[in-house]
Amino acid sequence: MNLLKIAAYTTAIVSASFVATSYAATLDDVKANGAVTCGVSQGLPGFSNPDDQGNWSGLDVDTCRAVAAAVFGDATKANFKPLSAKTRFTALTSGEIDMLPRNTTETLSRDAQHGNFPGVNYYDGQGFMVRKDLGVSSAKELGGAAVCTNTGTTTELNVADYFRSLGLEYTVVAFEKADEVVAAYDAGRCDVYTTDQSGIAAQRTKLADPSAHVILPEIISKEPLGPMVRHGDDQWFDIVKWSLNCMVDAEELGISSANIDEMKGSDNPGIQRILGESGDLGQLLGLPNEFCYSIVKQVGNYGESFDRNVGPDTPLGLSRGLNALWKDGGIMYAAPFR
Amino acid sequence: MAEVQSNVPPKKGGFSLSDTKTRGLIYQALTIAMVVYGIWWIIDNAANNMAAQNIKFGFGFLTTQSGFGIIQSLIDYNESSSYGRVFFVGLLNTLIVALIGCILTTIIGFIVGVGRLSKNWLINKISTIYVETLRNIPLLLQIFFWYNAVLKPLPGPRDVHDKGDQLWFSLSNNGLMIPKPIPEGGFWIVFTIFVLGIIGAIVIKKWAFNRQMATGQQFKTIWTTLGLIIVLPLLAFVVMGSPLHFQPGEMGTFRPNAGFGLNVIPEFIALLLALVAYTSAFVAEIVRAGIQSVSHGQTEASYALGLRPGPTLKLIIIPQAMRVIVPPLTSQYLNLTKNSSLAVAIAYPDLVAVFTGTVLNQTGKAVEIIMMTMLVYLSISLVTSTFMNWYNDRVKLVER
Repeated sequence: MNLLKIAAYTTAIVSASFVATSYAATLDDVKANGAVTCGVSQGLPGFSNPDDQGNWSGLDVDTCRAVAAAVFGDATKANFKPLSAKTRFTALTSGEIDMLPRNTTETLSRDAQHGNFPGVNYYDGQGFMVRKDLGVSSAKELGGAAVCTNTGTTTELNVADYFRSLGLEYTVVAFEKADEVVAAYDAGRCDVYTTDQSGIAAQRTKLADPSAHVILPEIISKEPLGPMVRHGDDQWFDIVKWSLNCMVDAEELGISSANIDEMKGSDNPGIQRILGESGDLGQLLGLPNEFCYSIVKQVGNYGESFDRNVGPDTPLGLSRGLNALWKDGGIMYAAPFR
Repeated sequence: MAEVQSNVPPKKGGFSLSDTKTRGLIYQALTIAMVVYGIWWIIDNAANNMAAQNIKFGFGFLTTQSGFGIIQSLIDYNESSSYGRVFFVGLLNTLIVALIGCILTTIIGFIVGVGRLSKNWLINKISTIYVETLRNIPLLLQIFFWYNAVLKPLPGPRDVHDKGDQLWFSLSNNGLMIPKPIPEGGFWIVFTIFVLGIIGAIVIKKWAFNRQMATGQQFKTIWTTLGLIIVLPLLAFVVMGSPLHFQPGEMGTFRPNAGFGLNVIPEFIALLLALVAYTSAFVAEIVRAGIQSVSHGQTEASYALGLRPGPTLKLIIIPQAMRVIVPPLTSQYLNLTKNSSLAVAIAYPDLVAVFTGTVLNQTGKAVEIIMMTMLVYLSISLVTSTFMNWYNDRVKLVER
């Protein structure tokens, strides 16, 4: 009867170890791990890109670091997992990562199927890049061209919609990795490279001769890029959302990593609240009261992060445009700390 | 007690744990129970987790509009087609590369395999180098080699042609452009005659074989075969007024215009070349092993009976070699078909790339899509195996 006993034990152990995973309380998991695990791109300069020592930098990386600073008071407690466009949502829903700051466009179907979007850290739009020697000045002249793009992105769908609406013939060559798309375009497999305008600016720096290419004026879509979190964990959603808001509100209030310690003594009640000098806003989220202080001190406000990663002085050279604060003519607008 | 029991056979219907038969039954029942439990657990776990994530199981998504373009489709497809249609586009793209791949692999594999046994030093060495190089480099690397190092650096179509050029044969980084055959009204009659010619040739061959068996008289079928398969359809073709014309490609502003000529995309060429080069190296070794498995005594015996080298190869060596060659050859066909899913690395739109890749990403129906894809590969493999097993039954040694 020994065998029956073994079978019974095995069954018991097997069923005990496979109870359905719980998806709530990401904050507890993050605290237990001692770090926030973020899914990022496989290398998109300005957004999430590793240097030769494996240190990640970029706008999306800063979003992740801001959350780490909010939770731990230490922006370095962040791990990065490079994910392809195709595998990113699975990694999020399966719990492999805690959040997904991976230049992901917010859409209804993604919001409904894959997770929630706590905010937008870059307002983008899809554009086209072509070789100068094609002599093309508008995307409307691209009938019959071959277009290189990424599989599993909104880009692939937008370009199909765009050419269909204009009644133009086109062929699409869709690769899985962003690097392969750029390499194929650079080798002349396609006439057109299309992705979000920020992405084009970033990838252009990787081309053999960046000056031989021109970005066409048409912007064919709205691409609000932002981090994603799993469904069913409101507290974690709020934490990510207010980490983003903190950076934008700090810029609006004139708080930067350079002047934050002076600002701490400010009489302005708004500044006192956001830095945790008065009130208990941080505790309402389950965070230390001075979480926003840690973010701005260690990561910087939104403007600093923008300038450092994608701004005019970087190789990408993007202007603030839509991403300027609402009071400066952009649409970056964060709810108040109150 | 043990000695007593071993002498007394257990009573009918009696139940004893010391009976090997009963114990065997219990073990088997337990194994089945555990397997069934395991499967049930996997399904239950998936169902629970899907419910927890609010994902509904179902195939309704197959009728939804896809909204993306595919670079190569053998059936009508555009962005307003459904995901179900994407499935068939991907499936056919997989099948075409697998089918052409298997045919070319067999031809090249047999040539190289025989070449390895050649007494000609040069042919022998070239064949050996072919096999040893190609089967020892990983397939994915070979695909990248053909695509990135050979096809992508080719000049662009705009560098070679001007707008409006007629393209009869053009190789560029846009792929291979060849004329598209367009059949006209009478072509089907010519085609029917061609098919009838083949059937006629087979019938004559059977008749000649039976007559030789019965009377010993030989009949040279080569001339009747040539006449029926080539001369007769050619004659019909001329009589019907050449009902087939070839339409060349036409250069547009950026690329050859769609709808003119036949454009074989570079992704297809790269994948096909890599698959054929890699797999044919294995097939060559299988063929060599098969031929060497037939002992030299057979050849000598055949010569002693007065058969010349040609008939010896055809009647003695190959039939005996085939029974060794066919079973491992089947495995290579299956490998080639399954390896075609590496297409995803170079943007060839096979089933895995467009359906398990793009559609999965857009719908999030992971369980359904992976299930369908696995079923497809399983079915293709089982059909190939069944066919090859049938063929193996025909060529294997008949034991009397």
